[in-house]
Amino acid sequence: MRLRRTGEPSELDLMAMACLAPSLLYVLVMFIYPFLYGIYLSLRPLKLPGFSLANYVAFFTDQYEYMTVSITFRLAVPNTIVVVACSLLLAYNMRRGIWLERTITTILVLPISLSVILLGQGILGFYGGRGWFNQLLVGLDLLEEPLVLTHNFIGVMISLFMQQFPFCFLMLLGYISGIDPSIENSARTLGANPWTVFRRVMLPLIAPGLAIAFALVFVMSFATFPSAMLLGQPSGATRTMAIAAYAQAFEQFDMSYASAIAVLMGLFQLAGLLVILLLRKRMVMAATMGVGKR
Amino acid sequence: MNETIDSLRFRITKRFGTKTVLQDFALEVRGKQFITCLGPSGCGKSTALNIIAGLLPATDGEVWIDGGRIDHLPPEKRGFGMVFQNYALFPHMTVFANIAFGLQLQHRPAAEIRERVREMLDLVQLPGFEDRYPGQLSGGQQQRIAIARALILHPRLLLLDEPLSNLDAKLRIEMRAEIKHLHSNLGLTSIYVTHDQVEALSLSDWVVVMRDGILMQAGTPQDIHDQPRNLFVADFMGFRNFFPAEVATAGPEGEVEAAASGMRIRGKTRHSLAPGAAAVAAIRPDDVVVGAAASGPNVFRGKVDIVEYLGREHEVILTLESGARLWVHTQAHLTPGEFVPVVFPPERVIFLPSEGPGGIA
Amino acid sequence: MRGRMWRLALYLFVLGFILNLLGIVFYVTVSAFAKRWFGTPLPRGFTTEWFGYAWKEFGLARILGVTIFVALTVVCLALLLGFPAAYILARRNFRAKPVLMLLYFLPLLIPQMTYGIPLATTMLRYGIGGTVTGVILAVLVPMVPLAVFILMPFFEQISINLEWGAAMMGANRFQTFRRILLPLTLPGLLTAGILILVNTVSNFELTFLVGGAGSQTLVVALFYNIFAGGVRPVYSVDAMAMMYMTMVMILLLIALRFVRPTQMVFRLDQPRQ
Repeated sequence: MRLRRTGEPSELDLMAMACLAPSLLYVLVMFIYPFLYGIYLSLRPLKLPGFSLANYVAFFTDQYEYMTVSITFRLAVPNTIVVVACSLLLAYNMRRGIWLERTITTILVLPISLSVILLGQGILGFYGGRGWFNQLLVGLDLLEEPLVLTHNFIGVMISLFMQQFPFCFLMLLGYISGIDPSIENSARTLGANPWTVFRRVMLPLIAPGLAIAFALVFVMSFATFPSAMLLGQPSGATRTMAIAAYAQAFEQFDMSYASAIAVLMGLFQLAGLLVILLLRKRMVMAATMGVGKR
Repeated sequence: MNETIDSLRFRITKRFGTKTVLQDFALEVRGKQFITCLGPSGCGKSTALNIIAGLLPATDGEVWIDGGRIDHLPPEKRGFGMVFQNYALFPHMTVFANIAFGLQLQHRPAAEIRERVREMLDLVQLPGFEDRYPGQLSGGQQQRIAIARALILHPRLLLLDEPLSNLDAKLRIEMRAEIKHLHSNLGLTSIYVTHDQVEALSLSDWVVVMRDGILMQAGTPQDIHDQPRNLFVADFMGFRNFFPAEVATAGPEGEVEAAASGMRIRGKTRHSLAPGAAAVAAIRPDDVVVGAAASGPNVFRGKVDIVEYLGREHEVILTLESGARLWVHTQAHLTPGEFVPVVFPPERVIFLPSEGPGGIA
Repeated sequence: MRGRMWRLALYLFVLGFILNLLGIVFYVTVSAFAKRWFGTPLPRGFTTEWFGYAWKEFGLARILGVTIFVALTVVCLALLLGFPAAYILARRNFRAKPVLMLLYFLPLLIPQMTYGIPLATTMLRYGIGGTVTGVILAVLVPMVPLAVFILMPFFEQISINLEWGAAMMGANRFQTFRRILLPLTLPGLLTAGILILVNTVSNFELTFLVGGAGSQTLVVALFYNIFAGGVRPVYSVDAMAMMYMTMVMILLLIALRFVRPTQMVFRLDQPRQ
C-alpha cells in the first residue's frame, strides 16, 4: 500500500490491477471499441471512398427515414410521462407500506423478466379484435364494434407501458421509502397539509430519483424495437429509429448507414437526457423559490 | 399566537398487529408543566408521543385538550410543536427556510418572518446562521435549529422525542440546560420522552416511568428517585443492590426489619408489608457507607473484590458475609482482598414487595 | 374521507394493472392448449398437440440447448470477471474510481439496441457474427457490469476487519479469499448468478442482433415465429411461448427464494443525509 502525500492510501497495487483488468478490458474491447467503430463506420458510407457525412445527409433527406425521428419521439415522450406520472402517484401513496406488498411486487416483477416478446404475443391476443378485452366490452354492450388496439400506435403504447411501469414503479417505491419519514412528520407538525408536504418538502427530495426514472424510461422507450415490430406497423406508422437502423443493417446490408442511424438515435437520447436535466434544475429552483431569502 | 393549554388528558391503547405497544396508558398534563416519559427502548414512549401529535392513530382511547377531543384532528391543525430525535431538518432548505416554514404556511408578511427568525436564532444562540444548510451544521447546531423551528410558531404544547440522544455527552449537558431555560422563559407546556434518567430528573416537574406500554410509576423527580414503587423503577433509577428478604417486623410508620440470607436489614417502605411477607431490600451504591460505625443497625462486613477508579469516587464491588454482592460508590481508598465494614443507613434502605421470579428483568 | 377514496382509487389501479397482466399471460396459456379458438371466451376444445408440433417444427431441441448453454456460460464468465472487480471497487478508493464506475455503468444505461448494431457489425467483421460464441460475448457486455454492481454491496457488507483479522493470524491472500471471503460472499454470488441467468434467458435485443440461424435463443426464435404471422398456426406459437414462460417462471421461483423482488430491479439509493 503506497501512501500519497495527503496521507490517504491510493491503493492500486498490482493485485488491484489484476482484479480489475479482465472486466475492464472486456468493457473496453467489447463495448467502447464497437461503439467507436460504429461512429467511424457511419462516416464511411458504403458507396463512397473516404470519410463523409453522406449517410447523415441521406437520412435527413429521405422522408421515409427521417420521419422515424418524429415517430420515435411521439412514442417515447408521452409514454415516459404517463409511466413516470403513474409510478410517482402510486409509489408516493404507498411509501409507508401497503397491504399485500410482497405479493404485488412479486407479480410486478413478471413483466420485467418475461420479456417483451412474450408480453407482445399476449397483448396481440388479449387486446386483439377477438381477444378477451374486446369480447368483454362487446359482451357487456359497452361497444358496438371491437376496438382496434393492436398493429397500431396504441398497441405499441400498451406494450411499452406494461413493460416499463412495473420497473419504474418499483424503482421509485424503493427511492421514496428511503426518505426519512420524520421529515414528513415534522412538516406536518409545522402546519403543512399533505399536499403542501408533497409539493414543498417531499418533491424536492424525490427530484433526483425522479429525474433518473425519467431518464431511464425515456432512453428505454426511445430505443424501442420489438414492441414496435410486433404490435405496431413497422413499415409505416410505428417505424421507429431502431427499426430503421435494423432494416439498413440486416435487410439492406448497409452497415455504414445503419451505424449512422444508431449514432443519431444515441444523440437524440442524449438530447432528451439534457432536457430532463435542465427541467430538473428548473423544478428544484421553483420549489425552493418563494421560500424567502433574506 | 397560541396561548399554552390548560390541560391535556389522554388514555390510549395502541396495537401493531398482535403486539400491544400501549395498554390503557393514561396521563393528565397541566399547563406549563414539564412532563417526561421515561423508559427503556421499546416501552412505547415514542409511540405515545406520536399519537398525541396526531402522526399515528390510537387503536383505542381518547385525547382531550381543554375539554375538547382532538383525536380526529390532523397533526397540522393541532398547534403542537415537535422536536425529533434526528432533528428532521429539511435538507434542501436553508436554516432560514427551515425555521420560516411554518410561518410561511400561515402567510405572515415577509418582514415579520425575517424579524422573528432572527429573534429565534438569537434565542438559540446561533445568530447569523440563516443562509447555511443543515448539512453544514454540527449535531448540536442542528438540534437547536430544530427547536427554533418548533418554537417560532408559539406552540401551545411542545413535544420532544429523545432530542438529545444523538449528541455527545458534553453537548447533551449544555443542551439540557438550554431546554430547561427555554421552557421556563417561554412558559411552555412540554412533554419530553427519553431513556436517560438524568435528563428526566433534571428537566421535569413530573416523571412517568414506562415499561412495555404500561405506566410503572408517576411522580415528582424526587419521588421517583428516592421512593421507587417497584423493582423495575428502582432498578432503572440506579438502585443496584437488591436483597431478597423475609419481613420480620413491620412498624406503623413503615419501618421494616427483615432477614436476608443471614443479615438483618432495617429500612423503610411505602407499601404495607406484613411479617412473613416476601420482600426485597434495596439501597443505592452511593448511599452505602464504608468503614466507620462498628455498631448499630445494618452493619455488615464485606471483602473487596474489584476497585474501579472513577475520578472523584471509586466504584467498588464487595462480597458480603452472606455471599451477596454489593456495589458501592465511595471516596475511600480500598484495596482488593481487604475486609471492610459497611453500613446501610436505615433511612436510605427501601423495601419493595417481591415480584416473583420475573421481578426485575 | 378523501384520503380513503384516494387509496381506493390507487388500489383499483394496481388491481387493474395486475388483472391486465395476468389476463395477457393467461391468454397465451389458454391459447397454447386450444384446439381451435376464435372469438369465444374459451376455446372449443383443448389439446396438447401444439407442444409436440412446436417442438418438431421449430426445432426447439436445438434452440433450447443453445439457450441453456449460452445462459450458463454467460453466468459463469460474468461472475468470473465481475467478482474480482467488485471486490476492488468495494474496498478501495482511487482517483479514477468514478470514471471506472461510469464505464461499467454505460452498457447498462445505454439501450442495447443503440450499441447492439455497432456490436453486431463489429462481430460480423471479425467473423463471429451469427455464432453461439458471438451471442455469448454479446450478452456478456451488459452482464459483466451487472455482476459487478450486484456483488459490490455484498463486499461492502463484509467488514475489512475480517480480512485483517485473518491476516493477523497468518493467512495469506489466497487463504483469506478461500476461507473467509468466498463463503461470506456466497449469497451474493447466488443472487448475482440468478439475476444474470434470468436476464440472459430473457435478453432479446442483443441476442437478436447477433444471433444467426444456428444460434438463436428461445426468445429470438419466438420473435421470428410471431413475426412470421400467419405462416404457423398461432396456437403453436403460443405453445412455444408457454414453454419459454414456464422456463422463466421456474427460474423466477428459484430466484425469489433468494432475492427480494425489489432487488431484481435497478436500485436507486438515496444519498445518505
